[in-house]
Amino acid sequence: MKITEQQVRYVADLANLKLTTDEVARMAREMDEILSHIDQLSELDTTGVEPMAQVLYPGGDGLRDDVEGATLPNAEVTANAAAAGAGFFKVPRVIER
Amino acid sequence: MNVATLTISEIQTGLREKKFTAQELCAEALRFAEAENPKTNAYLHFSTERAQAAARAVDEKLARGEDPGPLAGVPVAVKDVIVTKGVRTTCASKMLETYVPPYDATAVIKLEQAGGVIIGKTNCDEFAMGSSNENSAFGAVRNPVALDRVPGGSSGGSAAVVAQGTAVVSLGSDTGGSIRQPASFCGVVGVTPTYGRVSRYGLVAFASSLDHIGPFARNVNDAATLLQAIAGRDPMDSTSAPAPVPDYAAAMKAGDVRGMKIGLPKEYFEGLASETGDVIARGIEGLKKLGCDVREISLPTTKYAVPCYYVISSAEASSNLARYDGVRYTRRSAEAGSLIDMYKATRGEFFGAECKRRIMLGTYVLSHGYYDAYYIKAQRVRHLVAQDFSKAFENVDAVVAPVSPFPAFKLGEKLNDPLQTYLSDIYTITGDLAGIPCMSVPCGKTNDGLPVGMQILTNHFREDTMFRLAHAFEQSNQ
Repeated sequence: MKITEQQVRYVADLANLKLTTDEVARMAREMDEILSHIDQLSELDTTGVEPMAQVLYPGGDGLRDDVEGATLPNAEVTANAAAAGAGFFKVPRVIER
Repeated sequence: MNVATLTISEIQTGLREKKFTAQELCAEALRFAEAENPKTNAYLHFSTERAQAAARAVDEKLARGEDPGPLAGVPVAVKDVIVTKGVRTTCASKMLETYVPPYDATAVIKLEQAGGVIIGKTNCDEFAMGSSNENSAFGAVRNPVALDRVPGGSSGGSAAVVAQGTAVVSLGSDTGGSIRQPASFCGVVGVTPTYGRVSRYGLVAFASSLDHIGPFARNVNDAATLLQAIAGRDPMDSTSAPAPVPDYAAAMKAGDVRGMKIGLPKEYFEGLASETGDVIARGIEGLKKLGCDVREISLPTTKYAVPCYYVISSAEASSNLARYDGVRYTRRSAEAGSLIDMYKATRGEFFGAECKRRIMLGTYVLSHGYYDAYYIKAQRVRHLVAQDFSKAFENVDAVVAPVSPFPAFKLGEKLNDPLQTYLSDIYTITGDLAGIPCMSVPCGKTNDGLPVGMQILTNHFREDTMFRLAHAFEQSNQ
């Protein structure tokens, strides 16, 4: 096994993802199978090959001119929030007195 | 008027000759789509008011003698991962079930500026992750060609509505084959343009370096007309390409493909299911009859494309989906607790199984100790996949290949084997990794009457060559 249930729990923690006991067991099995397949990448000699993060083309500098433009009104942005008030997103208390 | 078979040019003629108004067409398209949708579940919801307003605007322009645009009055469906202001955009996920975007995607704005009438949002795999549309939180889509089979995915709904006749054209998105594979399964045309050809602004991000918006249509002409309308540089997407957009209609009129050099990558024909292989072989004979110069080529890195793709796309997905944390996007778990516990409970409760799998895989390959071995390694392999194509295009004008190893399969048939499902994306993910334009054009049918698409791939920004070949093939293959 490449992946243990303990590792699954560790990665789920990094991903802020709550998994049930059943999900952890299933995830360990499936990730193990998928990662074993992915391991064949190591067969390929990539010495001197640059990593390709993005498809980019000559001629475009990518960035637009830095000019002030219209933004969405606060009420529209917060309209989809799970909880909002006074123009802010509301979250559970993070600072204890 | 029969909305199920109308083409874009027939609509333009009908409007000009006053056979119908845009508002009449819109009403009939909505009536037909709502009546037929229970058969396939291809639409998630309809955008009736927005459609009526767009159709009214077209009629008013016509009345004033103004040009209403190349898509005037055309009923269009939009995949529910592309945001529409004021119209629910769910990504087929419980996480966004009630999300109503405060802005429009650039492709949506351009489509309406060209006179298009958006009648509804289509079902898909959750956050566009999947190859069968069975990962939707709102039920699978059935293939209109064979209702016990899947339409493909992830843009299954967008392919199905065009095949079913409940939209004239539609927009989908493609990250690893999500336009071409459902197009092949449903027997319609599906186009993945060059990366950056169409702005991604307003396309809910799955894997940003691989995501594309592209058209579905019942013929090559309509697909090209829709792409023409939505393509081009957009200041809102820094990765959108500055290159001018050529006139695709003119490229197709140039017609003749005699002497066009076509490469058949031998790696794509090994292990192909026999009937699919037979249909593609007949298609290739058709290309030879058109005078194409067909030759075998090699794309040696093909075998590594699947693992390469699943590392990169999952890594990007794990970052992109981090934003769904119970704060800004509608859903929050009712479980009380600290901020972190709230994040975890919300994500555990509202993401489906496939999204969780990709988030976990992506987080793993980006985590300390694995980043170089998996993520950077995959990016180097991606470079080799792209180089395979650039070398091939030194000698050929287009590459022709299958889209999927098999035709549409039965609902439920492949649900429990994620790795096998991932492996079936082999012929489509290479084009996404390289960022080149590629499309599926109907090629033929299996003995059971299931459609098989032929894939055409060309060099960056050579959609003109791709459409010219696809159009000539379509005309000869009727």
